[in-house]
Amino acid sequence: MPAPIEARTTTMRTLLQSLGPFLGLAAVVVLFACIAPSGFFSIYNFKTVATQTVIVGLGAIGMTFIIVSGGIDLSVGSVIALASVVTALALRAGADSGVAVLAGVAAGGLSGAFNGLLITRLRVVPFIVTLGTLGIARGAAKYLADEQKVDAPSGALAGWMTKSPDPEWLFLAPGVWLLFVLGLLASFVLRRTVFGAWTSAIGSNEATARLCGVPVARTKVWIYVTGGLFAGLAGVLQFGRLTVGDPTTATGIELDVIAAVVIGGASLSGGTGSILGSLVGAFLMSTLANGCNLCGVPNFVQETLIGAIIIAAVALDAARHREA
Amino acid sequence: MRGVTKRFGPVAALSGVDLDVRRGEVHALLGENGAGKSTLMKVLSGAHAPDEGTVEFEGRSFAPSGPSEALRLGVAMIYQELNLAPELTVEQNVMLGNERQRFGVALRGEMRPVVERALAELGADDIKPTMRVAELGPGQRQRVEIARALSSRARVVILDEPTSSLSRRETEQLFEVVRRLRAGGTSVVYISHFLEELQELCDRYTVLRDGKTVDSGEVAGTGVDHLIEQMAGRSLDEYFPRVPHERGDVLLELEGLTGERLPRGASFELHRGEILGLFGLVGAGRTELLRALFALDPVRSGTVRLAGVEAPASGPRERLAQGVGLCSEDRKEEGLALDLSIADNATLSRLDPFVRGGWLARGQQQRACERWIERLGMRCRDARQPVGELSGGNQQKVALARLLHHDVDALLLDEPTRGIDVSAKVEIYRLMGELAAAGKALLVSSSYLPELLGVCDRIAVLHRGKLGPAHPRTECTEQSLLEEALRGAE
Repeated sequence: MPAPIEARTTTMRTLLQSLGPFLGLAAVVVLFACIAPSGFFSIYNFKTVATQTVIVGLGAIGMTFIIVSGGIDLSVGSVIALASVVTALALRAGADSGVAVLAGVAAGGLSGAFNGLLITRLRVVPFIVTLGTLGIARGAAKYLADEQKVDAPSGALAGWMTKSPDPEWLFLAPGVWLLFVLGLLASFVLRRTVFGAWTSAIGSNEATARLCGVPVARTKVWIYVTGGLFAGLAGVLQFGRLTVGDPTTATGIELDVIAAVVIGGASLSGGTGSILGSLVGAFLMSTLANGCNLCGVPNFVQETLIGAIIIAAVALDAARHREA
Repeated sequence: MRGVTKRFGPVAALSGVDLDVRRGEVHALLGENGAGKSTLMKVLSGAHAPDEGTVEFEGRSFAPSGPSEALRLGVAMIYQELNLAPELTVEQNVMLGNERQRFGVALRGEMRPVVERALAELGADDIKPTMRVAELGPGQRQRVEIARALSSRARVVILDEPTSSLSRRETEQLFEVVRRLRAGGTSVVYISHFLEELQELCDRYTVLRDGKTVDSGEVAGTGVDHLIEQMAGRSLDEYFPRVPHERGDVLLELEGLTGERLPRGASFELHRGEILGLFGLVGAGRTELLRALFALDPVRSGTVRLAGVEAPASGPRERLAQGVGLCSEDRKEEGLALDLSIADNATLSRLDPFVRGGWLARGQQQRACERWIERLGMRCRDARQPVGELSGGNQQKVALARLLHHDVDALLLDEPTRGIDVSAKVEIYRLMGELAAAGKALLVSSSYLPELLGVCDRIAVLHRGKLGPAHPRTECTEQSLLEEALRGAE
């Protein structure tokens, strides 16, 4: 029988747990501020890093809901590509940019609904279903794009991912502000709504959720729709960045997204995780990539470092849990 | 064993236990859940090393480094969940880890007689060495485990709740095996909470409470009530506080409720202000009956009426809306979300009172939960503490608080006192009485007969999925209920 743990140690532990990703990010920033050329610690470079974080960051917001519910979504990269192609096609067909954005986001939402329905109706584990949709969404993107890049008048969308926004007082690219605002909103949804409470409950113990009358299947579908909507939005911004719809873009990005969420303190077995932590995780990874680039560190070292950080983050978390 | 102490962190699971087991006797080890029976047996079988105290075996100091060395020295433990490889044969299982081999080749010819002799010693002529364990029933599997103990020349065999999943015939066969072991000079330590069964089989007993030996003696001439009081550390009246309550109208009515497999046609009436007990052996379908009633498992046929009106339900959500709530037997796997806070767990089934314009008012949720913390006397830091950090008794109170928060009329409680300490049990028994006095209807499933006899107004027995008639408590004895659980209703 586990004895109740003393109040103080628990508070310390939760504090450490939520601060962990921040400390990691701070450590990476300090490290590169010391060793990287002066260009690293500049406003311009900060803007660059922030802009580079947007795509993975948006994906990570949606993925946090999914991972907190005890699931996983491997199809994010393909859905981003699909959404970027759909956005480009809509624009090329002469649609208004607002309509094109909606079309891209909706493509993501539909992919999420497809994932959610397959998982709950066929009772196949999310890993397998989304491994399947990883292929299906990529295939759909290539079919729609006729296996080539889709040129389209990018119009207003190109401005969303520029480092020199218009008007200038925005300071950061509109896409970055969108990431912050949606991150804040999603954080409230996860912590302060019935939907968020149900998401955590399903991830913590699905049997308990069922016992308490939580509509588990329906909630899960909505969780995957949420993940899809965010991936769709990331795809729209990816189009803004590339100014073409590219069916081969964002290959393998799902692993960066999952890594960001895990570095941010979420457990792959569900129940715990925070949107803020996931965003910090996304920033940590792009800062690391950026710093390495500036230092001239070769790509293979970067990849090794990121791998090591993921393992270290999870091992630290496991060690903390064992102490408890 | 003298003055054995075992600590886990700051908690002493055992603090000075004395236990004497004589050669060729059947020794009953008694105690409530958490009294230290399992820890003591783990020390004896080598799984734990004691922090203090001495263990002597056949006159020599006994300090095995692990279960396999304990087995080599002659002490074998037969766990409640049997440890057999179902895809292997009986012979392979009996000799597992103890194979005779030369140059890595198993010598079947040498092993066969060892296995056959062990099986013959048990009178297990229905088991052949070449059978696959997966083909055997639970009683046969148990005998294979005992054969494994004998083949390694065990002089002490520990049986932990051996009859909890056996039929009457298998139970009688097991008793016969135990008597044969005793006649052959083997000592048996027998753990069970069926007290009548112990009286039939055992020679002497030892009672543990809070990690200490509190009583021991000859079984013959010792009454069941005395044993219960020793285990609980209080008189029966204190153990089962009776809150007067009065039976009202029929609230819940079942007619021929049949699940996928179990139960098979269960019917009863449950009144407001009544506590109805549900007894049955493991596998008789108690949990299945509650789950089918709560629409958590599919129902094949039968009707459920609430206050006289037919009330079908497609799932737990609907049942909760109808005012029926279930408290699961398995807190860790099903009952509670251990990572989540007390407040989240207690209010999860009914969050809508806290919703303000789409947002969840966490402050109100916590204040509502604090009322239940106070009402049920939960020991915790505050409503935000994760449930996983609480003791078993406090966790169970959280699970019950959920039903109170939902304000259900009918409470289905599956093993509500499993794995919690005595003082928390007493509090939960009192709470059950108070709920009945407030006009709630309670259906309580338990495998612990003294508790059903102590708190219920009527008791019904399940036998292989068939539910017998509900008897008024005054007409029941432990003997009569156990008999019905083993044989079915007349």
